[in-house]
Amino acid sequence: MNTQDQEQGCAGCKVKATPKWRQDFPIEWEGDHYVTRREMVKFLTLGSLLLAAANWATVVASKLLHRGSHLERNIGPAASLQQSGSSMLFRYPTDTDPCIAVRTPEGKLVAYSQVCTHLSCAVVYDKAENGLFCPCHHGLFNLAGQPIAGPPTRPLPRVQLEQRGDQLFAVGMEVV
Amino acid sequence: MSERAFYIDYSRCIGCQSCVQACAECDTHRGVSLIHLETIQRRESVQTAPQVCMQCEDPICARVCPADAIKKTADGVVQSSLKPRCIGCSNCVLSCPFGVPKYQVEIDQMMKCDMCYDRTSVDKKPMCATVCPSQALTFATAEEIQRTRRGVAINRWKFGNEEVTTKVFVIVPREVERVNVELVQISPTPSALAPDPYDVALMLESVE
Repeated sequence: MNTQDQEQGCAGCKVKATPKWRQDFPIEWEGDHYVTRREMVKFLTLGSLLLAAANWATVVASKLLHRGSHLERNIGPAASLQQSGSSMLFRYPTDTDPCIAVRTPEGKLVAYSQVCTHLSCAVVYDKAENGLFCPCHHGLFNLAGQPIAGPPTRPLPRVQLEQRGDQLFAVGMEVV
Repeated sequence: MSERAFYIDYSRCIGCQSCVQACAECDTHRGVSLIHLETIQRRESVQTAPQVCMQCEDPICARVCPADAIKKTADGVVQSSLKPRCIGCSNCVLSCPFGVPKYQVEIDQMMKCDMCYDRTSVDKKPMCATVCPSQALTFATAEEIQRTRRGVAINRWKFGNEEVTTKVFVIVPREVERVNVELVQISPTPSALAPDPYDVALMLESVE
């Protein structure tokens, strides 16, 4: 629009420079696609912060979820585990968490979560190997809970046992 | 040889609808024809006129878009509305002096001719110009037009007091320098009315 026509056609209005809001919403394609350095730095900074926060949140959530347990629970009479090489299944800390207690050939009483750390199959006591055997993928844990064969790489969570009179109590669970 | 440009020669139009069909066959908006084939004074004449987007230098459709959905490329082609932004308000439809943008109810979005940007940006003819049997729609160089046409190609228009310069040319008789379109006044101009204190455009203009 030339100036003369503008004066004729719009006597009251002034010729104005591009208003600020128009600079933020340019009509030109390249202006619309333009990313300022400040916007870029802001995006990178906030993005990095968000990523870091998400990582920390994951760590905290994981710690909270795997806190272990300090519940006390009667798991049965001690007499059922008197013989060395015998084992007993129980649930701890809740009814949905299967565990296994074993009297080792050395006479020690140990207990672990029965859930294999590979793909969550139930491990059983294998007398011949003297360890906890997972039949799904032939994983084997020794009686210290450490993986010694097969796919599992993490040790089994250990359950702490206590004998009170003739009864056995599970008193805590350690997550490694 | 100069760059090819789009020329419309309304007087050559024979109303065959080829351009309408070809436009609907374009891959970027298959099935929807974005060209207008207007009849001129139907009672007196069989004359028709094709209307593609004139690609204004200062596109009023983009200026009035409240959703920032219409963009102009560096080579001066005004694109169809951006799907994620268009709110289907039809401001552009009402504002365009050539009546080009079309509001598509089915998809609640405005679509307009973008001079077949996928083709013309690689120097191919737009779909309508490839099929026009009378070459009323032509994609050619200025030299070719000078050599083959009687009229002269211009790209300046005046609608009431608004002067518009377009990227697309029209062929007019030699004595014409600018196409003047008189407006029919049907209601008072905004300047004759009391200013609206809630006019968002005025509020925005007062922002420094």
